[in-house]
Amino acid sequence: MKKSVYSICGMCTVRCPIRVESENNQVTWIEGNPHLLDGALCAKGSAGAALISDTERPQQPLIREGARGAGRWKKVSWTTAYDYIADKLKTIKTEYGPESVVLSSRGGPWQGMYKTFIHAFGSPNYTNHDCTCGRNTHHASLSINGVGRKGFVYDIKNANHLVLFGRNMFASLRIAENLQTMDMLDKGGKLTYVDVRQTMTGIKATRFFQVRPGTDYALALGMIHEIIERKLYDADFIKRYVTGFEELCDFINDYTPAWAAKECGIKEKSITAFVEEVAKDSPKVIFHPGWNLSRYKDSFYASRALHILNILMGNIEMKGGLIIPKGPGDCGVKGIRSLDCPKPDIKRADGVGWKYKHFDKGPGLAHLFINNMIAEDPYPIKAWIAMRHDPFCGLPDPQQQKLAMDKCDLLVSIDTHYSEFGWYCDVILPESTYLERDTPICVQKGPKPRLAVRRKAVDPVFDTKPSWEIFKQLAERLDIGSHFPYNTIEELWDWQLEPTGFTMSDFDDKGFISLTDEVIMYDRDNLDGQFKTPSGKIEIISKKLDDAGLPSLLPYESPEKPSKGMFRLVYGRSAVHAHGHTINNPLLSELMPENKVWINKRSAAKLGINDGDLIDVIAQGSSYSGTVHAHVTEFIHPEAIYMVHGFGRQIPLQTRAYHAGISDQKLMVGKLDDWDKAGGAINLCEAFVAVRRSARNPKRRVEL
Amino acid sequence: MNKYMIHLNTKRCIGCHGCEVHCKANKGLPVGPILCEIDHKPLKSIRGVPKTEFSFRSCYHCDDPFCVPICPTGAMQKREDGIVFVDFDTCIGCMACQGACPWQIPQHNPETNKAVKCDYCMDRVDQGLKPACVSKCTTHALKFVTLEEM
Ligand code: SF4
Ligand code: SF4
Ligand code: SF4
Ligand code: SF4
Repeated sequence: MKKSVYSICGMCTVRCPIRVESENNQVTWIEGNPHLLDGALCAKGSAGAALISDTERPQQPLIREGARGAGRWKKVSWTTAYDYIADKLKTIKTEYGPESVVLSSRGGPWQGMYKTFIHAFGSPNYTNHDCTCGRNTHHASLSINGVGRKGFVYDIKNANHLVLFGRNMFASLRIAENLQTMDMLDKGGKLTYVDVRQTMTGIKATRFFQVRPGTDYALALGMIHEIIERKLYDADFIKRYVTGFEELCDFINDYTPAWAAKECGIKEKSITAFVEEVAKDSPKVIFHPGWNLSRYKDSFYASRALHILNILMGNIEMKGGLIIPKGPGDCGVKGIRSLDCPKPDIKRADGVGWKYKHFDKGPGLAHLFINNMIAEDPYPIKAWIAMRHDPFCGLPDPQQQKLAMDKCDLLVSIDTHYSEFGWYCDVILPESTYLERDTPICVQKGPKPRLAVRRKAVDPVFDTKPSWEIFKQLAERLDIGSHFPYNTIEELWDWQLEPTGFTMSDFDDKGFISLTDEVIMYDRDNLDGQFKTPSGKIEIISKKLDDAGLPSLLPYESPEKPSKGMFRLVYGRSAVHAHGHTINNPLLSELMPENKVWINKRSAAKLGINDGDLIDVIAQGSSYSGTVHAHVTEFIHPEAIYMVHGFGRQIPLQTRAYHAGISDQKLMVGKLDDWDKAGGAINLCEAFVAVRRSARNPKRRVEL
Repeated sequence: MNKYMIHLNTKRCIGCHGCEVHCKANKGLPVGPILCEIDHKPLKSIRGVPKTEFSFRSCYHCDDPFCVPICPTGAMQKREDGIVFVDFDTCIGCMACQGACPWQIPQHNPETNKAVKCDYCMDRVDQGLKPACVSKCTTHALKFVTLEEM
């Protein structure tokens, strides 16, 4: 039988809206939702269909038999697996207290469910992957604007100029945003791109700054200087909504474009020419404050500087600028119900909220658990449940993490595939793939807010379950089932929708429920109350940072230069993989089976490395090394080497991904401790590695 | 006379290889055959911005195809509207077509042991739909063009 459903892609965390056709429980067609994306989809999105029949994923619950990581599994029923986990959790709760259990997830619109579970269990220790992703950007925005990373959406389509600092959007795809950017460029808009290497986004740019690694902040300061010097800022907006502008003017004095150019290794006149363009294009110039900015020691301040640039443009709540997302309330509609349980009043084990008071308490900071677990300070952690989160792939130094995990009596991975962490766990609960599972309804805020839902396109082909059922079942066994007031997904959906007056059939038409026909914009002269800072204004000098003893305007410090033979390790994404998540997908591994290491032509020549040679990349002060092919190019800064993240996986059952390419996080030995005290994120681009031509390059033909 | 062609707007193309997977997924192809290909020239710096040109190639659906006459069973055929396609019922997988094509366009499908090649998604086109690669191109860079009858 033929079927068509609207759903939400799950190949990466962008979650594009899709429409899926199936016949006899086989997916035959996936496209971007025609009403929102006119069919557009990326390679990963289409390769989703290959996920379903992939037998190299867990097909029923597994309980470990041998040593951790040895890969000996006993296939068990769901009842056995649930009982096993619940019994262990009960014992741990009795002996060590509920707070000794951590639950980590990737984050996203459904994290309320996971949070509810762990909070209801009695532990405050919910965390997510964001310390290796957007935490710096999030905290930067909170400190200045009083709203987090999602506190603005970018109206790129109507902008005149988009400025991206290392936000490689044409490889780290978000289809709606990509389409907007293309449309803007087609209309003659400009794109300025800043990175240490050339990327697909750089190719599409109208201006490209190839900067020295770690100098983004310097470039942003140089831009601020020139914009203030030439009085190109929106003085009325600043007067009305911003505090700390005078302090900024004093601070910026020495950071001239000439200084910035020298620091970044670019030409002064290209900075002034850029600002000349800004003069013409303002106020519709968007400085993207970054997505994954867990990179350099001052990335938090770089992100703050980018926010300051937006404020100088005065581009808040206008067409072609930064728009405050609207929710159901703005449309005169009641919001949906969501699973929720208040956080228990116990100190978090990562120190967030009591030791580190200036961070968002929501998900805390995952990396801060690790050393605390090893030291059993402030209390022992005895179980870690990873909900589609792979700390061993996301966080640096899995070896060190294992020392912490070895302190646990229970490690559980709930995931659609074998994660590196899952392989080390005691129990794997296989979640159904996104094409085989339903999820709760979520609100998508924006200028035109809507409700969205993922609906399964086909029934699970293996003995896998959706997460709403997994958490319900575990909750029942732990006597916290009342927090999950449903037995079927239909009951959950109805319960969520009840206050809104909508029903599930309202999704049938387009796959989403639009809460408004028109774009909703607030009155720009009356934005009071939108900036949730202590003063209610946009704070260039942040009270919160002050209270934490941190500067709001950090004097610039030049990044460390790698010593001889060493390189700064820089990572990124390609358009065909979503980090470690997709490396083993048959259709995607066919396109990109392994990563290569980019190295500058001149640096490579000095080391006798030719394009395509095998090279050894060696972690600093450790014996870990990986061998991989070199991509020799002039389009990367000589101080850096670059690789796509997610490769170098060590799960034998994933035959396509097994030891294919190398892993950046395994090269970051000791780097769990290198994190941003102001922004909270890990400094993932502060690791240095040695590179040499590998002895494995064939010298002779030796065959018989 | 060829009625159709696929045009790539290289300004919009981001070399994401989506089209290649859209094509494979639509035809349910296993690892191995890839029916269209996105390629680009080596990067060249133009006024400080490294640039390149992308190209998209599927099958040329030649006016006078080499692959059709060589086929021993008549499986490789050219339609009235110019589409060159494989009739899977008669294809024996000898791959003579691949050898005859100057660009080795026809590919071997290891699952069916038959030749497979771009057929402009004629099943979709006949239903008034666009080919898979065009419909789902990430940035709408591909266009399916119907040429006017002369
Ligand atoms: S960007 Fe691609 S993989 Fe990510 S959600 Fe969108 S379609 Fe899916
Ligand atoms: S899907 Fe579109 S943008 Fe991507 S490579 Fe193909 S033609 Fe280019
Ligand atoms: S397969 Fe080769 S010879 Fe046949 S139509 Fe296509 S391009 Fe021409
Ligand atoms: S037209 Fe159809 S068969 Fe040809 S390359 Fe595009 S998707 Fe593949």
